[in-house]
Amino acid sequence: MNRAVAPPPPTVTPSHAVTPAEVTYRAQVEDLNFYYGSFQALKNVNLAIADRQVTALIGPSGCGKSTLLRCFNRMHDLYPGNRYEGKIQLHPEDMNIVGSNVDPMQVRLRIGMVFQKPNPFPKSIFDNVASGLLIRGIRDRAVVAERVELALRQAALWEEVMDRLSQSAYGLSGGQQQRLCIARALAPNPEMILFDEPTSALDPIATARIEELIDELRNDYTIVIVTHNMQQAARISNFTAFMHMGHMIEYGATSEFFTNPQHEKTHEYITGRFG
Amino acid sequence: MSTPGLSSSRFDGYSEARLLKRAKWSDGLFAVLGLLVLVATLLVLGALVADFINDGASRIDGDFLTSYPSRRPGSAGILSAWVGTTLVMIVTAALAVPLGVAAGVYLEEYAPKNWVTDFIEINVTNLAGVPSIIYGLLALGLFVQTLAMGQTILVAGITLALLILPILIVATRESLRAIPQDIREASFGLGADQWQTVSGYLLPAARPGILTGAIVGMSRAIGETAPIITIGALTFIAFLPPSPIQSSFPFVNFDWLNSPFTVMPIQMFNWVSRPQAGFHINAAATGLILLAMTLLMNGFAIWLRYRLRRNLR
Repeated sequence: MNRAVAPPPPTVTPSHAVTPAEVTYRAQVEDLNFYYGSFQALKNVNLAIADRQVTALIGPSGCGKSTLLRCFNRMHDLYPGNRYEGKIQLHPEDMNIVGSNVDPMQVRLRIGMVFQKPNPFPKSIFDNVASGLLIRGIRDRAVVAERVELALRQAALWEEVMDRLSQSAYGLSGGQQQRLCIARALAPNPEMILFDEPTSALDPIATARIEELIDELRNDYTIVIVTHNMQQAARISNFTAFMHMGHMIEYGATSEFFTNPQHEKTHEYITGRFG
Repeated sequence: MSTPGLSSSRFDGYSEARLLKRAKWSDGLFAVLGLLVLVATLLVLGALVADFINDGASRIDGDFLTSYPSRRPGSAGILSAWVGTTLVMIVTAALAVPLGVAAGVYLEEYAPKNWVTDFIEINVTNLAGVPSIIYGLLALGLFVQTLAMGQTILVAGITLALLILPILIVATRESLRAIPQDIREASFGLGADQWQTVSGYLLPAARPGILTGAIVGMSRAIGETAPIITIGALTFIAFLPPSPIQSSFPFVNFDWLNSPFTVMPIQMFNWVSRPQAGFHINAAATGLILLAMTLLMNGFAIWLRYRLRRNLR
């Protein structure tokens, strides 16, 4: 036995069962290949992202789940030598997110991201949340203040920071900083929010708060979350996608996914036999 | 656990005690050596300052600061020198800081990673090692002779700015590079463009480091003598440049840029090379004031940096 933690029972009960009939899709990944230089990290990936639902990407380290997530807001364009092939269609206007004719900025203005490690700016709490608004040229103080408060309330942080908005964001705890980063992503009201293992640097209590938050956000936002924690995927997602070595192995409603995996590899992974 | 290889590599009491002792001893040795080096350096500086004070402190008074140079050591002053140094430093800072920061930002955040950028990078680093007199010769040939700008405050400022430009470029790049990639990703992730990222998040975070570079650069420039002599700064100036402020519209006046000048190190150099002992005392007093000016400049920058750092936390 080389595992320190007992594998989750395959009978985890997903809390958000959805019937496929009521689902509309917000984005569609079609035959997506991605290359870091000459290394191909994503191989012919296909995936549909449901509108105003939570889609979880799981898989062992190095399977390409974060790589796929970062394709959605063109984060890879910040580094030289990266290349996309294929499509991520953003509905309803069918813009190809990874198309070479689409400016990465255009994508990032519509799709927000929350990172693995809380990464607030070295500025005040207020200025952090207002960042996305200022970037979009929103200068009206009253509007900015209103949107900042709304975002902080949505991120369940308002009560804790309302009397110290002008203090540095670095004075907050790790969990608070991550909720601040969520508020920062929410303030410009994006259509989709990407979460890249948002709780992996946090303690269980802070993790629970973030999960509650994601649970509430699903009503208004399309959410894609990368997690290495299967219980988390089962707890918070409506759909789960399992990746392995750059391939999309299996994708389906979370309830089905954990109780009745179709693929051998998926079964092995969720029962803890590898990964 | 009966593997012989494993048990033989375990620490027994003896070797553990010996390791601890050795660690303590080497820590102690390094601390003592470090302290010695530090004390030796401070002693040299202290001796220098003490010598200056001993020789020149009594000479410093209001008259010394408000008189022009003179043939009689007792009535000679450094008015034109300290005003010249101040004005040249203003020109140097006004040119070197924006140019150096802009060049550093370009190289670090905008330049494509190719051989041209590498070539520029190597040359910037090399420029930092070029002797200052070479800059003086460049200025003499280019600004003074070819462009016929004369031996003016502007030319001296440009020359010193060129001299310290590499220091500022390197400092800007280093402090930009020290900013975690997280911050860039956060900014771009919000939809910011390159300039919004640089001006909104990177430069504010890099400011303390850039300021340190500016301190180092300006401290070097204020004491430079060779390039200023090379461009032909006069050693005997008995007038002040025109005032930058005037009572009639537009109230500011840039004629001072084209005025002849002298600076503190040249005044000092000039007096040291005189035979009369009285001038040597003047030189020591000038050295003290130059030191004080440098400390004042650095003190201001350090205070500014402290305030910026506090805002970042």
